[in-house]
Amino acid sequence: MTEAIELRGLRREYGERPALAGVDVSLAAGESLLVLGPNGSGKTTLLRILATLLRPSGGDVRVFGAALPRDAWKVRGRIGLLGHDALLYRDLSGRENLRFHARLHGLRGEAAEARIAELLAAVAIERRADDRVAELSAGMRQRIAACRCVLHEPDLLLLDEPDSNLDAEGRELVGRLLGPAPERTRVLVSHDPERHRGEADRVLELGVGGTVAAAAGAA
Amino acid sequence: MTSSRTAFAAILGKDLTAELRTLQSLPAMALFAVTTFVIFRFGLDRTELSGSLAAGVLWVTLLFAAILGINRLFVAEREEGGFDAIRLAPIDRSALFAAKAAALVVYLAAVELVVVPVFAIFFLDSAAALAPLALVLLLADLGLAATGTLISSMAVNSRARDLLAPLVLLPLVVPLSIAATGALEPLLAVGGPGYHRFGTWLAVLGLYDLIFLLVGYAVFDFLLED
Repeated sequence: MTEAIELRGLRREYGERPALAGVDVSLAAGESLLVLGPNGSGKTTLLRILATLLRPSGGDVRVFGAALPRDAWKVRGRIGLLGHDALLYRDLSGRENLRFHARLHGLRGEAAEARIAELLAAVAIERRADDRVAELSAGMRQRIAACRCVLHEPDLLLLDEPDSNLDAEGRELVGRLLGPAPERTRVLVSHDPERHRGEADRVLELGVGGTVAAAAGAA
Repeated sequence: MTSSRTAFAAILGKDLTAELRTLQSLPAMALFAVTTFVIFRFGLDRTELSGSLAAGVLWVTLLFAAILGINRLFVAEREEGGFDAIRLAPIDRSALFAAKAAALVVYLAAVELVVVPVFAIFFLDSAAALAPLALVLLLADLGLAATGTLISSMAVNSRARDLLAPLVLLPLVVPLSIAATGALEPLLAVGGPGYHRFGTWLAVLGLYDLIFLLVGYAVFDFLLED
């Protein structure tokens, strides 16, 4: 099976402080990796490196065969990131934000509008889609951010606490949108391992300072 | 990869939509410029200005008004995750530089449409200079937008961005200021517009624009790295 992600000795320091200290992991295309660890263990740093937003300090990072950061341009557009920030402009509506992201990813016209409508319906937020994001609750923003994340049908989903701020219905709807699928690889950071362990093919547990506490295939 | 033209249009359209909706920059820039003209009028105790003094008053006022817009140019990108969103997209990042510079040119032109007639009412005895003056301001706006976009993208990550942007920007726009006031001075001379060395100063403005647009295009990708 093709490796979607290969990390060998990945290190990242912020000044003198190590955030990731020698992470080795590989993930085949279509698999899901659950990343666990306490606060400050480098989970978000790991996602940002995989998203090409942060340079590693050392080690070998490959995403779909492209060596990062040198070949980052080859995989941008194949990645969907749902992080702590929704990446939505507060003064635009949810629909306008999605149109903006659609255009950045080369989707235009009726195809883009249809895709946006489909996603907004999938997370049950069509009714508030034309309100400014600043006027929406945190949970509603998270639903729209989930739409943004999968709008361009990425091959790799990087999900940092995707259930944040969501109610039970929201968790269910967003979970369907971002859940496992044969055609996409997922790296999922969560503080609720019991909820996500069942959908993970592999588990990576980071310790404080970004050391690997445990890495295993999920039972 | 998404075409640079599509990315440019998307980012510029987003910025103009947000500005029209919130009016966070334009009214402040225009109000600042008009207030400054009022202060000059009473501070200098003159109802007519001409030559280098008129050129200086007009240019310095527009420059400082522009700094208000430059300070805010990347705030949404910084605070609402736009930098990450754009870096995740399969686009040439220089499209962001071009779109932000274009947005700034639009802001400056819109402000000038309002405040230059106010300047003329306050200080000029005829409106004959306004047409050639528009050409000078357009060229100066291009250079100011290129330099301002570069500096703003660097300063926005600093907590002292409101201080940092003007401190770094003002020395860089000294050549632009010399050329702009050099071109404006004969236009605002007593007795109507003259064109002494006008072409030379326009060429200097054009050269400045070209250099900083090329520098911006060349280095902007590196500025967006972590």
